[in-house]
Amino acid sequence: MSPGTFVQLTGPNGSGKTSLLRILCGLLPPAEGQVTWNGANIRSLGEEYVADVTYVGHRHGIKDELSAVENLRVTNALNGIEVSKERAHEALGQMGLAGRDSLPARLLSEGQRRRVALARLLVCDTKLWLLDEVLTSLDKSAVALVRSLIENHLNGGGIAIVATHQELELAAGRTKRLELTT
Amino acid sequence: MLRWIVWRDLMLAWRRRADMLSTVFFFVIVVSLFPLGIGPETQLLRTIAPGVVWVAALLASMLSLGRLFANDYQDGTLEQLLLTPQPLFLVVLGKTLAHWIVAEVPLVLIAPLVGVQFDLRRETLWILFASLLIGTPILSLIGSVGAALTLGLRGGGVLISILVLPLYIPALIFGAGAVEASIMGTSPSPHLSLLGAFAIVSLLFSPWATAAALRISLE
Repeated sequence: MSPGTFVQLTGPNGSGKTSLLRILCGLLPPAEGQVTWNGANIRSLGEEYVADVTYVGHRHGIKDELSAVENLRVTNALNGIEVSKERAHEALGQMGLAGRDSLPARLLSEGQRRRVALARLLVCDTKLWLLDEVLTSLDKSAVALVRSLIENHLNGGGIAIVATHQELELAAGRTKRLELTT
Repeated sequence: MLRWIVWRDLMLAWRRRADMLSTVFFFVIVVSLFPLGIGPETQLLRTIAPGVVWVAALLASMLSLGRLFANDYQDGTLEQLLLTPQPLFLVVLGKTLAHWIVAEVPLVLIAPLVGVQFDLRRETLWILFASLLIGTPILSLIGSVGAALTLGLRGGGVLISILVLPLYIPALIFGAGAVEASIMGTSPSPHLSLLGAFAIVSLLFSPWATAAALRISLE
């Protein structure tokens, strides 16, 4: 897969979209074959590979007790990126959460929590994005925001693999489609 | 990195203080039931004190172990922790350290107070404090292996007890043994040394075992 590639995974429920993404990020070992990154098996690359990947699963990975800002800062700090409070506020503002970003995440709606999870994409500098059903419960403006995020990422030479039922409608000719069947 | 994971877990525990307090109250109540049930027979109370306090500490730590990874597992943050670019045993070590601070240190601090009910002398109370201080990290470390192995299973709480309590036996023997030695007027240091040795061994092995168990549980 070359830089700037966008792959949309589609397929009926249970066809293995999530499993494929989990295999690609290394959470699940493949039953056959291997996943390679820059020519080397990701099993042997270990942490070096993980540092290049951002995975947003269909479970948000947001702690209910922490505020949006704290969630964003902790997640990034654990990934080796120190995000200042100001930068975190700014990123969450861009995701349309201005004024809500200091509330405990359990008070946010489903879509807002999804936005918090996606704010990670604004501050990370990884090459490969693996996004699992990220458009669920997002409104139109948020979907547009995700689209522009992904376009910027691709223009910067990144790769994105997204499992989704909705159309992302990137600029023509960009999208590769991978349809999984049961 | 280690700093952040400890900060995160301490913050989460602080925002959910009731969980922490329930462990402490459980410990205090269980220990207090014995003197109330047995009555003021000081000789008997002194004899059973080391065992009672230590067993209560083991049971109290069982209460909090189930939460060590389960909450992170449910909201998907555990997946994210596995995907951070550092060795998983460091993440595990940070979480275990936070668990020790939140769930075990309060017990260590309050044990000399509840020990007074058993008519223990001041030196003996100090030994009780020291034995718990050295011994409770073992409970968190070995317990984390059990918590990781039973992650996502139904009835995991009971399973953890069956899995982990037998492994606590050496800590119980040497920990209670130290206090007993002090009551008898002999030196508790051999017991404490062995307890310390056991703590170091569990520090060396259990983070790796927990990391491996977590990878299996999340597949």
